[in-house]
Order: sequence, then structure tokens, then C-alpha cells
Amino acid sequence: MACFMLVSATVSAGISASRKAELHDLLLEDCGACHGITLKGSLGPSLRPTALAGKSKAFIVSTILHGRKNTPMPAWLGVLSRDDASWIADQLLNGTTGAPD
Amino acid sequence: MLMQRQIKRLCFVVVSILLSFNAFAQRGTGDLGVVIERATGSIQIIETTHNTSLARITGMGDLSHATVVYSRDEKFAYIFGRDGGLTKIDMLAHKIVKRIIQSGNSIGGAISQDGRLIAVSNYTPGGVKVFNSKTLELVADIPASYGNSGKRSKVVGLVDAPGEKFVFSLWDAGQIWIADFSKQALAKNHNKPRITKFKNIGKNPYDALITPNGRYYIAGLFGEDGMAMLDLWHINKGVKRILNHYGKGEKKLPVYKMPHLEGWTIAGDRAFVPAVGHHEVLVINTQNWTEAGRIPVHGQPIFVMARPDGHYVWVNFAVPRNDTVQVINTETLKIVKTLVPGKGVLHMAFEPRGEEVWVSVRDKNRVNVYNTDTYRLDSSIKARKPSGIFLTSRAHETGL
Repeated sequence: MACFMLVSATVSAGISASRKAELHDLLLEDCGACHGITLKGSLGPSLRPTALAGKSKAFIVSTILHGRKNTPMPAWLGVLSRDDASWIADQLLNGTTGAPD
Repeated sequence: MLMQRQIKRLCFVVVSILLSFNAFAQRGTGDLGVVIERATGSIQIIETTHNTSLARITGMGDLSHATVVYSRDEKFAYIFGRDGGLTKIDMLAHKIVKRIIQSGNSIGGAISQDGRLIAVSNYTPGGVKVFNSKTLELVADIPASYGNSGKRSKVVGLVDAPGEKFVFSLWDAGQIWIADFSKQALAKNHNKPRITKFKNIGKNPYDALITPNGRYYIAGLFGEDGMAMLDLWHINKGVKRILNHYGKGEKKLPVYKMPHLEGWTIAGDRAFVPAVGHHEVLVINTQNWTEAGRIPVHGQPIFVMARPDGHYVWVNFAVPRNDTVQVINTETLKIVKTLVPGKGVLHMAFEPRGEEVWVSVRDKNRVNVYNTDTYRLDSSIKARKPSGIFLTSRAHETGL
């Protein structure tokens, strides 16, 4: 587990500042299109840390990249890299998305 | 003494009238519009004669995915925010007249045929709320309950229809409901609207449209390839499936953004709608409601909007291809122009007679105005993460 965290931290750190800014916009605008700009849920469920409690980072990364069957959640692989998804998952879990209240 | 006081009062009244005359009477509202600024919870009031911004109004909460309808005199705008906010704006005084939070999460609304009622479709709690357009007082609450457990469905695709009706679709339940607010219906039903429900219309209706004459209500389905159509002249015939299995045999692409059906139009005897999960615009023959063609386009279409004369259709796209707009000739079904205004082309609005189109370009923080014949950039105004653009001519369109 510690090893996994270390790896993901290194990977996240590998994203450029400009890419982070793009991902931040994508998180609010495009994830927000269905989950609400506050990420408190709309067509899709809440992505606030309390709502995600108990879900592993690996699960969240996989959901972002591969989508969820029988729901409107699309697979973002191709638009987002694994590093991108990992960075987004970190922001969601840490509540550092900057989503307005 | 009394006389003097009366004269004084009269003078005050005359001056007040003159002042208000000066402030308001020098312009009408027919060339006005609202641009939503998502980032700052603000709007700009714009005018389309000289393409300028007249005012910015702030304090409207979460305006992501906000939509706007207008009073029949085009003096008031009603803004539906994602956070359940409903705000009434005076388009001439540039002021908020009233603002209420009517639900936890809403998706859009419409004004009734006679202009007395404002209906809002809500996700949380799922249902429709109807307000007095003058006071924003609640007139009716229609929970979108379905099944035996009383679960509530998210409501989408709310339109107004002739006869003081609202028609809407239930995302979770796969139903279409008509709420009849006509005097006859209210009289027969203890002053409550008469609700007519159509079940099993298809999986996950995501949005809907009504034809400009108010006759056909058509819901797009997300959960299956096809659309559900209701002929409001013959509701006893029920809901009919059209364009069934339009994507059959093709791999469905991921849908990064729900398409919209508002803004569609009929050009001649053809209608143009976005395909879901395909980089295609679908063409429908409106004589028999069958597929009349498909046009491969740049990405997953979001808005497929016809210029008011119906000669051309303008299309924008979902992320990650949302930097582009394509124009289709509705006679030849060929793409005649591809514009690249920049990342985040979120919405378009044609001026009422179609000579110019307003295009919001979110990441450039601009709204661009293009000539629709030459594609020349006529004007560009600054806006903070602009999304929807809504002109006052909507006041006179059925469905909005």
C-alpha cells in the first residue's frame, strides 16, 4: 500500500502545471456537467470526499478510465491518461478540487 | 397652502415619471439577450443591434447549465440555475426582481402559453414545480413519483405546449407526462393540473423537443438508440418509437456530454438531431418520421441548431472536440464550413432573423458574433467563462 501511494505520488508529480490547470477545468466543467459544478451530484452521484469515503483510489481511477457499465459514466481513456486520472482521483479524495460550495 | 402642497406633489410625480421615462422608454427589449457567465454566477445583458454588452448582474449562484426563458413582453428574464435557483431579471432596469431557491438541483424550465406560469424541472427532489410568473409564488408541485415504492425520478425535457400544458420526461422512470393547467382542467380537478402519464416510452430519456407548431413532443433516449414521439393532437394514440436502432451494428462511442435537443428545427420536410454515441447528425423525414440520412461530423454533436431560415444547420461538439463548429447545408446535407473558435464552444444563438449567430467560447472568455453568410467574425465581447446565450425572441417560441 505504501509502495502504491509512493508510486502514485510520483506519477502525479509528473504532471505539468499547465496540464493540471487543464485538468482542473475539465474536472469542474466536464465532470461537473453531470456531477454538478459543486461535485455534490446532479445526473451523476456526488464526488465529494464524504460520498467517496470507503472507495479506493484504484477503483476511482478505473471508473474514470473505463466508465461504469449501464450508467452514463463514459470511459475517459483516450482523453485522459492514467496519470491524469490518478491526479483527478487525488483531488477528489483529498477534497482539493476547488469546487465551489 | 394646501394648493402649494398639491402642486409640489404634482411636480414630484411629473419629475419621477420623466426620470423613469428617460431611463427606460428609449429602448425596447426585442434586440436584447442574456449571456450566462458560469464562473462568477453572473449574467451579461447584451444587445444585438450593435453587438454590445449593456450590463452585468451578479449574485445568481451556480449557473452551470443555466437556461433562460422570457415573459411575453420580453421585459423579464427567468433564469434557471443548476442549484435550483430561479431568478427573475428586469431586462431594462438591469436588476434582480426576485430570486428563490426552489429545489436542490434543477435542469431547466419553460413559461406557459399565456405567460402566467413558470415551470421548472428538477433532479433533486425529482419533479416539476410551477410558479406564478409575476410573484414567483408556488402554484403547483408535481413529484415525479413512479413504481410502487414512491421513488422519484429526475425530470428532463420540460417544454410548454399549446393549451396551457407542460410536457416533460422522467429520466429514471422512462415516462412522458403532460400537466394540463388549462382552466377546464383546473376546474374539473379541484384547481390542480390534470396529469396524463405515458409509461414504458424507452430507457433514460435525456432531453426532449417540441416542434415549432407545438404538435410533436420528441424525447431522445440515452439508454437505447431511438427517440420517443408523442403527437399532442392525438394523445390517445400514445407514444411511438422513431429512429429505432439508429446506431445498430456500430460501436457506440463514449458520451462525454449529454446532447441537447432544444434549438432543433425543421428545414423543409427534414429535421436534424444529434446522434448519441456517434459522430453523426441524424436527418429525419418529418412526413413519416423515418431516418432520412446521417451526416458524419467532427465529433459527438451537442447542439444541432438551424439558422432561422432553415437553410443551414450549425453544430457544436462534446469535449474533447469542443473547439469546433460545423455548418451543414440542409439541402445537400454537406458540411460547408468548419470554424475553430477555440476550446469550449458551449452554445450558439441565432439572431431572430438569422443574419448573425452568437457563439460562446468558454476558454477564451469571449462570445463571438459571426455573420452567417460570410462566416466573418463581426464582433466579440468579453465574458467570464460564458456558456448559454439566450435572446429575447425566445419569448414567442412554443416550448421555451
